Amino acid sequence: MSTESPSLGARLSARGLDGTTLLVLPGVIFVVALFIYPFLYGLWLSFHPKAGPALANYTKFFSDPFLYGTIWTTMKLALPVTLINLLIALPIAFRVRLLRRQRLLTTLLILPITLGTVLVAEGMIFYLGPQGWFNRVLMLAGLISSPVKLVNNYWGVFISLVITGFPFTFLLTLSYVTGIDPSLEQAAATLGANARNRFREVFLPLLLPGLAITFCLSFVQAYSVLPSAVLVGDPSSATRVISIAAYQAATEEYDYAMASAIAMIMGLTQLGVVALVLGLRSLLYRGPVAAAKG
Amino acid sequence: MPKDTSLTARIWAFAVWSVVILFLINLAGLIGSVVTSSFATRWLGTWLPAGFTTKWYFSAWDEFQLGDVLTVTFQVVFAVVFLSGLIGVPTAYAMARREFPGKRLVMVLFLLPILVPPVTFGIPLATVLYQVGLGGTLTGVILANLVPTVPFVILVMIPFIEQIDPRLEAAARVFGAGTFGVFRHVLVPILTPGILAALLLVLVRTIAMFELTFLTAGPGSQTLVVALYYSVFAAGVRAVQSIDAMAVIYMLTTLVWLLIALRFVNPTQIVARAKRDAH
Repeated sequence: MSTESPSLGARLSARGLDGTTLLVLPGVIFVVALFIYPFLYGLWLSFHPKAGPALANYTKFFSDPFLYGTIWTTMKLALPVTLINLLIALPIAFRVRLLRRQRLLTTLLILPITLGTVLVAEGMIFYLGPQGWFNRVLMLAGLISSPVKLVNNYWGVFISLVITGFPFTFLLTLSYVTGIDPSLEQAAATLGANARNRFREVFLPLLLPGLAITFCLSFVQAYSVLPSAVLVGDPSSATRVISIAAYQAATEEYDYAMASAIAMIMGLTQLGVVALVLGLRSLLYRGPVAAAKG
Repeated sequence: MPKDTSLTARIWAFAVWSVVILFLINLAGLIGSVVTSSFATRWLGTWLPAGFTTKWYFSAWDEFQLGDVLTVTFQVVFAVVFLSGLIGVPTAYAMARREFPGKRLVMVLFLLPILVPPVTFGIPLATVLYQVGLGGTLTGVILANLVPTVPFVILVMIPFIEQIDPRLEAAARVFGAGTFGVFRHVLVPILTPGILAALLLVLVRTIAMFELTFLTAGPGSQTLVVALYYSVFAAGVRAVQSIDAMAVIYMLTTLVWLLIALRFVNPTQIVARAKRDAH
């Protein structure tokens, strides 16, 4: 009961802890209870297999080609898709940034995000099928003589990932591109740089860190492909991605320990790629690019 | 910027626009196929169906118990929207207004559920939910869907709150308002556009969220997108047209909300905001 030293509440609030700060608690408790705890529990469970030693799930995964092969199958889909989405999004973003009325076009381009993977897959079965409009138009134009097989194989999933992934990649890229101070480009133009040089010497170095982030976020989306790999892919072999393996372990074999182990492996492999890309990013220029973006 | 009118520049611009137009045409064809098929009497091996009818919408409604599915969908979606606002906005307020030890760690905590894809955390989460007896129930589906939306609301709301002049809150406190009073009479009215924008995006995301609902839903707690998946998966059992009719109904439920959302937000700004927080 000393009157000299400030009360506990006053001392805490001096460090930024008062009633208002406590408002952060519901959010924190929620994320810890429904994200951190299940994740740690999954990790713990993956080391407690139904039978065998602690590492049994992991040794099983890495000794069965039907299981460890899914990593490569997923990479083979996710990496090229992400790269292609980025390479298409970049030039389009550069065009769109010059437009005065971007809103309608952006809205149209982001439409597939809201359609979701299931609807896109359903539409692809029709549109790209042997009797679909796509093949009919190509045959009418004389470009092909018999329908191209675009669903129920690798390309079906590839196309569906481009359709659903492109809008997201494009939105991120566009916001990075429009975030660069236009006076930098004007300065380069004043010094006589043509469009190609302006892109290579000014934009690209400034954009690369942002593009690395875009790549990571798009890659994570593509890596966890599930519905389209089943609906428009070949889920038993060519597009047996890692999420299918995890899903089957959980719902068909009721082996939650194995399913958690696969989920952990999935998280780790995808984090590996993300860490690699971000590691390369740290070698790049990082500094202010925008004057002021409101 | 002087306009570049050289031949290569024009060819390049033409090529870029061609890709955009090709993408949009194919997207329109894709959606158009589904819509056309849902109104078709019979459509086999021709450009257009033999005739048009609306009967598939009625048969889809009965076959897939769409009345029940839509009820569940909207129960889930509105519960998720309401709860993520209720948890997210006060948390975002504290994050925007206070500096406290461990704030960076808390920020990482909120970023993780957005960066880790749903399938990866959905499987352990479903296991836990089944263990506590919530697996397959409406509550379980709602809880699972809240995991990415609560952090999303927090991350979107922080910059909105930072823009508000703290003196407004100080003035309210001078006049005797408590924290709750400040929220009710000062912050919520000012923040309404921001909250509305964030919650509408949560709404669209939740309608389209497949993986988490798929992993946690039971027979009585399927949302529209999961029901659609199962019907496409088991195609051949039912008429294709009635599956397409269901797909169109699904499409309309998301599109309506997307169009409403776009009246309030510019999509690139939301991404830019979320992105700046990610650094």
